[in-house]
Amino acid sequence: MLSALRCIVMRDLTLAMRHRSDVLTTVFFFIIVVSLFPLGVGPDAALLKEMAAGVVWVAALLASMLSLTRLFADDYNDGTLEQLMLVPQPLVLIVLGKVLAHWIISGLPLVLMSPLLGLQFGLEGDELIMLMLTLLIGTPVLSLLGAIGAALTLGLRGGGVLVSLLVLPLYIPVLIFGAGAVTASAAGMGADGHLSLMGAILLLALVLAPWASAAALRISVE
Amino acid sequence: MFNLFKYSSPASFYPLAGRLAVGFGIASVMLLVIGLYMSFFVAPTDYKQGEGYRIMFIHVPAAWMSMWIYVVMACFAAAGMIWNTRLSSMMASSLAPTGAMFTFIALWTGALWGKPMWGAWWVWDARLTSELILLFLYVGFMALESAIDDPRRAARASGLLALVGVVNVPIIYYSVQWWNTLHQGSSIKVVSGGIETSMSEIMVWTLLVMTFACWFYAVAVSLSRVRSTILERESGTAWVKTLLTGDKA
Repeated sequence: MLSALRCIVMRDLTLAMRHRSDVLTTVFFFIIVVSLFPLGVGPDAALLKEMAAGVVWVAALLASMLSLTRLFADDYNDGTLEQLMLVPQPLVLIVLGKVLAHWIISGLPLVLMSPLLGLQFGLEGDELIMLMLTLLIGTPVLSLLGAIGAALTLGLRGGGVLVSLLVLPLYIPVLIFGAGAVTASAAGMGADGHLSLMGAILLLALVLAPWASAAALRISVE
Repeated sequence: MFNLFKYSSPASFYPLAGRLAVGFGIASVMLLVIGLYMSFFVAPTDYKQGEGYRIMFIHVPAAWMSMWIYVVMACFAAAGMIWNTRLSSMMASSLAPTGAMFTFIALWTGALWGKPMWGAWWVWDARLTSELILLFLYVGFMALESAIDDPRRAARASGLLALVGVVNVPIIYYSVQWWNTLHQGSSIKVVSGGIETSMSEIMVWTLLVMTFACWFYAVAVSLSRVRSTILERESGTAWVKTLLTGDKA
């Protein structure tokens, strides 16, 4: 079972490495969206510092969502997905592997980039670590929940816009606790509560989301 | 014994839905007339909020219905998944527009009430925000359903989405509530439950009558909507043909 999981992850990572520009597009989208905010609201340093966590988090949400359409679509179009659904290993496992690969490709780079963007907004020290930490816990949840939306909208016209309508409301708790943790730690309050809640959401999503995505894939591929 | 599964067949449910829709419709109109009369003429003027509080008599039932309909919708979606009954998913999809409408009414009347009372059309209060998110969930459900051409797939996909949504509703609700208390910068506070205790008995009765009016309206409307859906989906079957030609003759 674990070898099947590893096989799926390695396959998706190899595919992503062959199309490196796709990965970079997501990262640059993230950076551009974050950079737009100071241009929109003005260069007031105090205001930007206050906004920083929220802005970075919203941009991470959008960047993660943007890459969702690729999660199953390519495999669906060339028929690989149908073959994957026929293998003896449970579909939940395969979905989990694909989600894990998706997170490594599109979530992890955001985590690694976030301190740099935080610095631009005047965050420092603990806040930067907290920003990275919340993104590290939060972005897997985004991939897990997003997989449900991606599976439901597979092969539909206008799937990309539709997926945003489906998954963004579900992302709200992660956004609230993620950005809230950074704000709380900046204000000198402990962020333990936020982090615990994010951990709970991650565990819950890890258990339920692959199962729901697998059910959604079965509905979409018939 | 009353056999519930008898009515899971569209053919036997169609006439029942027609009778129920008429019954609930009449009850709803009657309650609405009574409820509106009570809310405008019988219920006393509030000592703090004046006449403006009367908007509560439509606002509160609409807000309750918006949440309740989502739960009912998810239950129908779950039934559709478990027993694979066509009718359950038809019910789920015919409830969605009514639920979205009540959500919108709750938000709209809330804004109209908020302007004179709070001095703002909109505040980022926990309940307002979660009601707005509920509207997004309804819209997502309907958008997904209309984007899929095959009705079977549409029903199952949107049913799954409704179930995912209903698991998330409490998480979203509490996260929004905590978010609001953590970001306590707003000077306006909604005292939850505060209205309940200060309400006179006649106000409670009016509110109840209006709630049942809205409830019965939702039942009547979604049942008549499901009748159209049944006819559309089952248009190839013999019973629909005899029903339609029989009506003409």
